[in-house]
Amino acid sequence: MNTILEIKHLSKKFKDLTAVDDLSFSVNSGDVYGFLGQNGAGKSTTIRMMLTLIEPTAGEINIFGMSLSKNRHEILSKIGAVIERPDLYKYLTAYENLKLFAKLSNINVTHKLLMDQLDMVGLADRSESKVKTYSQGMKQRLGIGIALVHNPDLIILDEPTNGLDPQGIADIRNLILKLSNEMGKTVIVSSHLLSEIELIANRMIIIHKGKKIVEGFVNELLDPSKTLVELETTDNIFATSVLKKSVYASMIVDVNEKIRLTINKHEISTLIQFMVESKIQIIEVKPRHSLEDYFLNLTKPE
Amino acid sequence: MWNLLQIELFKISKRPRTYIAFAAIAAIVMIFQFAFKADGESYMNLMMQNIQDNFELDKSKAINGYFMCYIILNTLLIQVPILIALIAGDAISGEANMGTLRLLLTKPISRTQLLLVKFFASFIFTVVLLIWMAIIALFLSMAIFGVDDMLIFRAKGEESQILQITKDDILWRYFAAFGYAAIALTVIAALSILLSVFAENSIGPIVATVCIVIFFTIVSNLNMPIIDKNVKPYLFTSYLVGWKGFFYIGINDEGQPIKGSIENWGSIRKSLGILLAHIALFLGIAIAAFRKKDILS
Amino acid sequence: MIKTLITTFILTIIIPVCVAAQDIKQIVSQVKKKIDLVSDYEASGKMKTNVAFLKIPIANVKLFFKRPNKLKLKSEKGVSFIPKGAMSLNMNNLFSDNNYTIIDAGTEKMGNTLVRIARLLPNDDNNEIVLSTLYIDPVNLVILKSKTTTRENGTYELEMVYKNYLKYGLPDRILFSFNTKDYKLPKGITFDFDDGAETKKVSTDLKNKKGQAEITITSYIINKGISDVLFN
Repeated sequence: MNTILEIKHLSKKFKDLTAVDDLSFSVNSGDVYGFLGQNGAGKSTTIRMMLTLIEPTAGEINIFGMSLSKNRHEILSKIGAVIERPDLYKYLTAYENLKLFAKLSNINVTHKLLMDQLDMVGLADRSESKVKTYSQGMKQRLGIGIALVHNPDLIILDEPTNGLDPQGIADIRNLILKLSNEMGKTVIVSSHLLSEIELIANRMIIIHKGKKIVEGFVNELLDPSKTLVELETTDNIFATSVLKKSVYASMIVDVNEKIRLTINKHEISTLIQFMVESKIQIIEVKPRHSLEDYFLNLTKPE
Repeated sequence: MWNLLQIELFKISKRPRTYIAFAAIAAIVMIFQFAFKADGESYMNLMMQNIQDNFELDKSKAINGYFMCYIILNTLLIQVPILIALIAGDAISGEANMGTLRLLLTKPISRTQLLLVKFFASFIFTVVLLIWMAIIALFLSMAIFGVDDMLIFRAKGEESQILQITKDDILWRYFAAFGYAAIALTVIAALSILLSVFAENSIGPIVATVCIVIFFTIVSNLNMPIIDKNVKPYLFTSYLVGWKGFFYIGINDEGQPIKGSIENWGSIRKSLGILLAHIALFLGIAIAAFRKKDILS
Repeated sequence: MIKTLITTFILTIIIPVCVAAQDIKQIVSQVKKKIDLVSDYEASGKMKTNVAFLKIPIANVKLFFKRPNKLKLKSEKGVSFIPKGAMSLNMNNLFSDNNYTIIDAGTEKMGNTLVRIARLLPNDDNNEIVLSTLYIDPVNLVILKSKTTTRENGTYELEMVYKNYLKYGLPDRILFSFNTKDYKLPKGITFDFDDGAETKKVSTDLKNKKGQAEITITSYIINKGISDVLFN
């Protein structure tokens, strides 16, 4: 499986605020990758760094096997993005907006291409209307149309369902699935709703306060028979190295501040026994009910 | 680059505010023309106040198309920076405000390129605006008032002068003056774009540009020796009126104007140099700042 | 040596006395007679204006005259500044009525010509002209120079050079001097461009707020009749 996007130790500081803190993850070709976190977790900042809108304070971003900072043009010409609300030129028509951005994408722009694209997002009959007459859902669809017009390999959608009605949300969801299943595109989609990601993503990451909490396959992370366990030991580095060599290696989801594993409930006692035998001095073993509970807990208003 | 410039001009052409500038200029010019057609003599009387007793002047001849254009430019070129700021001040900040900036910048174009294109588009807007001004302030005035020799009422330091330029020696001066004005107003455009880089809405840079221009212009025109010597040469606004230099005709030892001449080419060249340096400076800072800017809008 | 002294004495003392012997009133009357030969004229020429604040080109002008006292100085084309005192170019004006007192003010040497000086004092206290001083060439019976003090418009000075139209008493060159105020632009009218050029030093004569207009006449059309419309 091809790695399309790889992020290593990415950080961004705004004056006193650390928006993204030593974040690492990767996205494979064909993934619908869910980027989950509550509002202000650092999702948008990370996505903007992937799109060169924000300069990272530290770390590295590689896309299509190239360094983003060195091959900006080449990489961006193969990415399509919608960042938050798709704000467009309100005084121009949908057709003019699409044409304008298509021209900026180094492709051969034809009338047919533009109309096909508008047709795909269901706006063909409103192509000559000024965007200021559009509903939020229509703008969103046009935004996606613009993101896709140059047939990009990687599609980045930042909170694409924000502000949409249920029908609009369903439309976007279907579109993402179509892009992935029928057209083989890689999609990164961010959301603050686990339910949203659960329905469309095959892999996901949860970030909180700029840090990674967990990363993995959605079906595994959300497996109801599994429990998330947080371990605290006197020497986490030693504990991690021991666990990584053991049968528990594939269960580790995160080793940053705390060691986190997803594990069957009945296996927890065996895990503790293994750690004791391995001379790991346990301070705390904290089982969570499920990843879902854990995330909901994170995003719960304080 | 050309592609990008076309897009930028297309956007400008589609915005209603672009046409405000053209309409405003037309309105101001026509008010002037109407007022002078109706009662130009009182203006002449004012200008000739204290020498009325000594000289007779055929005022209807003196108020001709060339003279009108000079009067109009004299007033209008103080206001036009506002109109330039209206477009150029919006260049980056307007996109940020609309939310289109982030979309633009995720396209495979460099920020430097985008900023330069925004600048060229503002420059082209400025030139088109000046051509419009030439059409209605000069050519329309020529049609309405006819052409004749032109009088320039000039304050020169402590003294005042009246210069007369023969009618066959004027048109080239206007072309040169409009060319100069294009450079001068481009400084305003560059300043607006610079301010625009730092703002997330277009009102800020537009107002800031206008305030800077007004403040500097007032300081430039305080006519206080200490300011004239120590401050004025460093304000770019002091050079905005340099187009007038083309109408300060050279004078021979007998006190007669020398046809086809300009009193002080050196000063015009120097002013142009200073203006161009300002454009480069403003644009340079704008590009440097824009390249580093985190797009959070 | 003595011969030279005597000659000088004769030249400087005796001759003026002899010339002065001719009655000044008679001379003025003869001059007037000569002027009266011309009932109208149209003169073409060039006017060079010499005023410190006026930077204007040499103008092609026409000078029209019709008896008794109509005179108009016009620029042929373009915008022109005509000094208001130009009316005094008209010598007839001085003699318009015979109601004045002539005073003999002696003689003076102008170039090679010994001139008689006559002062004309109008008897009418309300006359615009307060005093005219005429410097008359007694041989050719023409006025070489005049100084006119007016009630309203200051003092004018005329110097005239005669050549081709001497028999009509019409000058080929007129140097017209007049008083003028310093020009001041109304404050705050213009934002001016200071181009840093040095103001050329003007002659002290001009600094004294004297203006000059030098009219060189190339041709006269004399006594061919002239329309009154021209003077409006």
